[in-house]
Amino acid sequence: MNSDIYILLILLLPLLSFLFIGLSGRKLSTGMAVSVGCLTLITTLIFSIAVAFDYFFVKGSVGGVYAPQIVARFEWLRFSPGMSIDLGLIVDPISVMMLLVITCISTMVNIFSIGYMKGEERLKSYYAYLSLFTFSMLGLVLSINIFQMYIFWELVGISSFLLIGFFFNKPSAIAAAKKAFIVTRFADFGFLIGILILGTGAKTFDFLTLIDRLTHPGVALDSLTGSGFLGMSCLTWALILVFMGGAGKSAMFPLHIWLPDAMEGPTPVSALIHAATMVVAGVFLVARLFPIYSISAPEVLQGIAYIGSFTALFSALIACAQTDIKKVLAYSTISQIGFMMFALGVAGWGEGHDEGFTASMFHLFTHAFFKALLFLCAGSVIHAVHSNEMKDMGGLRKSMPITHITFLLACLAIAGIPPFSGFFSKEAILSAAAHGNPPVFYVGLFTSALTSFYMFRLYFSIFWSKPVDAHAHNHEKGQWAMNIPLILLAIGAVLAGLIPFGKYVSATGKAIELPIHVMFSVLPVCLGLGGILVAAFMYKKQNEIPQKVTKLLGNFYEAAYKKFFIDEIYLFLTHKVIFNLIGRPAAWFDRNVVDGMIQRTGSTSVNTSNAIKNLQSGKLQGYTMYFLGGVIVLVVLILIKFL
Amino acid sequence: MMINESLLLLRYEGIIVFMIFVLFVLNLTDFDKKPSRFLNVVNAMLFINFIAGFLPMPEGSAFQGFFRSSGIIALEKNVLNLGILLISLSGYNWVAKSRKAVEYYILLLSSLLGLFVMLSSGHILVLYLGLELSSLPMAALAALNTNSQKSSEAGVKYILSSAFSTGVTLFGISLLYGAVGDLSFQSISQHLQPNALSLMACIFMLSGFAFKVSVVPFHFWTADVYEGAPTSVSNFYAVISKGAGIFVLMTVLYSLFKNITEIWLYTISILAALSMTIGNLFALRQNNFKRFLAFSSIAQVGFVLVGITSASKVGIDSVIYFVIIYLLSNVVLFSVIEAISDKTGKEKISDLKGLYKTNPLFSIVMTIALFSLAGVPPTAGFFGKFFLLTSGMGAGSYILIGITAINLVLSLYNYLRIVKAFFIDKEEAEMPLVKGNWQTSLVLLACGCGILVLTFAGGLYHFIDTLNF
Repeated sequence: MNSDIYILLILLLPLLSFLFIGLSGRKLSTGMAVSVGCLTLITTLIFSIAVAFDYFFVKGSVGGVYAPQIVARFEWLRFSPGMSIDLGLIVDPISVMMLLVITCISTMVNIFSIGYMKGEERLKSYYAYLSLFTFSMLGLVLSINIFQMYIFWELVGISSFLLIGFFFNKPSAIAAAKKAFIVTRFADFGFLIGILILGTGAKTFDFLTLIDRLTHPGVALDSLTGSGFLGMSCLTWALILVFMGGAGKSAMFPLHIWLPDAMEGPTPVSALIHAATMVVAGVFLVARLFPIYSISAPEVLQGIAYIGSFTALFSALIACAQTDIKKVLAYSTISQIGFMMFALGVAGWGEGHDEGFTASMFHLFTHAFFKALLFLCAGSVIHAVHSNEMKDMGGLRKSMPITHITFLLACLAIAGIPPFSGFFSKEAILSAAAHGNPPVFYVGLFTSALTSFYMFRLYFSIFWSKPVDAHAHNHEKGQWAMNIPLILLAIGAVLAGLIPFGKYVSATGKAIELPIHVMFSVLPVCLGLGGILVAAFMYKKQNEIPQKVTKLLGNFYEAAYKKFFIDEIYLFLTHKVIFNLIGRPAAWFDRNVVDGMIQRTGSTSVNTSNAIKNLQSGKLQGYTMYFLGGVIVLVVLILIKFL
Repeated sequence: MMINESLLLLRYEGIIVFMIFVLFVLNLTDFDKKPSRFLNVVNAMLFINFIAGFLPMPEGSAFQGFFRSSGIIALEKNVLNLGILLISLSGYNWVAKSRKAVEYYILLLSSLLGLFVMLSSGHILVLYLGLELSSLPMAALAALNTNSQKSSEAGVKYILSSAFSTGVTLFGISLLYGAVGDLSFQSISQHLQPNALSLMACIFMLSGFAFKVSVVPFHFWTADVYEGAPTSVSNFYAVISKGAGIFVLMTVLYSLFKNITEIWLYTISILAALSMTIGNLFALRQNNFKRFLAFSSIAQVGFVLVGITSASKVGIDSVIYFVIIYLLSNVVLFSVIEAISDKTGKEKISDLKGLYKTNPLFSIVMTIALFSLAGVPPTAGFFGKFFLLTSGMGAGSYILIGITAINLVLSLYNYLRIVKAFFIDKEEAEMPLVKGNWQTSLVLLACGCGILVLTFAGGLYHFIDTLNF
């Protein structure tokens, strides 16, 4: 069979499964729904592997270059002559890589959920939502034009909203879902306007044509760089706005506030959406438009590097002070996405400069495995302990051996200890940063030391810290659905780094080398090991050191624990500033002046006809006064402006 | 021109007039004593009228250019025909109970006739006649519910405001006559010069139409009238009158004032920003659902004005496309609230809390409509907003686009508030299961499907684009 058909099936199967489970109603048994959900995803996983094999090893490479291939394409909206929006699917190195990541993590999460969500009343809707999410995410990475991508982008947002708010009788879950939706929607409006500017300037929404027109001198590029607004060209604005959309989804500072709260969703959902797939959509978006960024607007790319590195450092600091294990993982995710972003940011176009692009994609790939694994392990732990707080855990290594070992492997991977996967990708990122932008490199170096510290703080607090309870029974017995995904993902987390990634994924499609220099690696690895030792010293056994350190750091610790007050700042801005200054006066005016007049005059009237007459004359005078005032103001404005 | 050809151009108006005559006859023969039989006949007539609208239609003008018709105008009339059919179906219960079915329909159709005349006018005199013909019956409609004080109040309020606005429009028209010396569209569009007199004429006329479509600061009547009038009538105000008003406003701006485009662009941009912002902010704290819809419709008009600022064919296409979707979405909201308040007398947003538990169908259809109004993909409303923004972008006013983007977020918050009430908030008092009649269900089904199907039917936009203005 042709691999094009596989790709169509990969996209359509999750949709069909969503429709089947979602529309079947009560007749469908829960078990049936679960098996449909899981089997569909296993099938798509197999297809994805087939597609990846076909693309990378059989027919993707033309003369040593991996060129994008368009599968299925038809005209959807004819906007104006010469400008239409097409629907279609694109196959190129990054989309194939994302296919593998999404289907693989999705499958694992689906299987894990069998155990984790057992006994949940609305399990069917849960599986329907999961399928919807997988469908939209796959559609997002396969889109051939930026507009199609936006549609799937929004669908991803909606399905994520549904999944975060899955426990909808928990007020905090609803609040979190709303927050995530509104924050990302806010960013998406920036994205939409960016799309509009790019689209109207380049007269196309198609990725390949867009990239072609905006990286070579021509009418489209001139029209976008020629006109400007507030000192920057339209192209720069458009790319900043597009990045804003990406920053919203990928939780870059200062739009990161929704991600930690989104941990209110079921833990497997956090693994799927908030660790491995949706949150990297922003990175994917920048990677997709990378030629435009790097050739036509390198200054924006530089901005991305600084935002990325700041976010990485900032959230690593917060992660060190959190006590809720999912919050630690959430901030760790933000920090790792910061790594991917700045890796893109330090890259440039052309031979020898585009190492950062490959490094970023590589880290995206390896991170998906170990971070999903970390979340699923956390899920296992929470399932056993029934709490998210570190203080309720400790000494679990005997009662949860599989979780313990896999969690340890994932921690070693994220800390960048060789030969685990994280080592290779992080090494590539740091080396790209060292070449491209030294300040960013030092921030990255320090952050990776912090990373290993807070991850092992987590590890020791969960599995060591307290003495092992000798009578504890094994929590994992019979939980095959939860253990198998852990083991499979652990294999991925250990081995994914050994793939010669540069050979397959690069900015230009040509194979590049991601060399490992032993001398260069010494420093990061030593810092990583140092972080682990400090964490072991402080948290392996219960002792006084953490308190002392906390006291020593004083306000700084407090600030990090409170997440540097970003949420409070937002609250202040929205509640105090926007509601008080604008919303409340408007509401007051409506309630007291407009409504109040009706009520007051209405209640004192006895004679209906008289009342109507009085009421109307009183009120209408006001209305017509405003009307006339409006007209006069307009006339004056126009006369001043134009004569 | 042959006499029968010019009659053919008047086909839409002819059918409406014929229907009004039929209504008289039915009244005289006491056919309307049994409301259900009578309403079925009327709805069948409206349905035939809607279908007949799609018969091929010649383009051209009649009566020395006083009356004209084109592809776009025919499409606009079809849209209004669809709206009137949906409103009539969804108002079935209320009309049957009101015992004023004949009056209701005669007024409704007269007003529609006025709107049609306005759309087809090629001369200001005809435009003015149409304006009056549509406004007077609307005031009577608002006051139709004679045993409700609020309804009478709404009627009086509308007629007086409308009289004032007509006065202002007439003043503008007289200034225009002073500036040009002729009132036919053709000579005005050719001879209008950008001087103080014509500027003032433009603003005064514009504010008259701005009143009709309730643009801030000419919107004050809106909330009171929507709240007080019977829901069916509010629906007519919000959908038909407003839709036609937008069409006429666009025609006037694009053909009559095309010599002073720069000036009205500036004015319209200010009005658009004001309408969106004020409409959204006021909608924020409304508790009465009909008042909420009034402010939401004010905000939506602001978005339409953004599309109008493109001053090109793209503007026309995107505005018509948007109005179609706006019509479908609003009809859903009004129909549901009508069905609910008919049964229970409740029309507050707080009464709708927990609606999903008792009336899942209503809340799902309403959610689709609200999402469509908020412009959330994958509903058709998203494309409506998208096209409006794109065409506004053509005018190159990035400040206006920025304000629009902020308002999109604000309006999203507004509409989500309602959705939240359906699904998440705890209900204060149990809402009984409201079973609408089949007419309402049909309307909801048609509109809901329309909103979803139009998302994927790019052909509609393309079709509008092929029509002549």
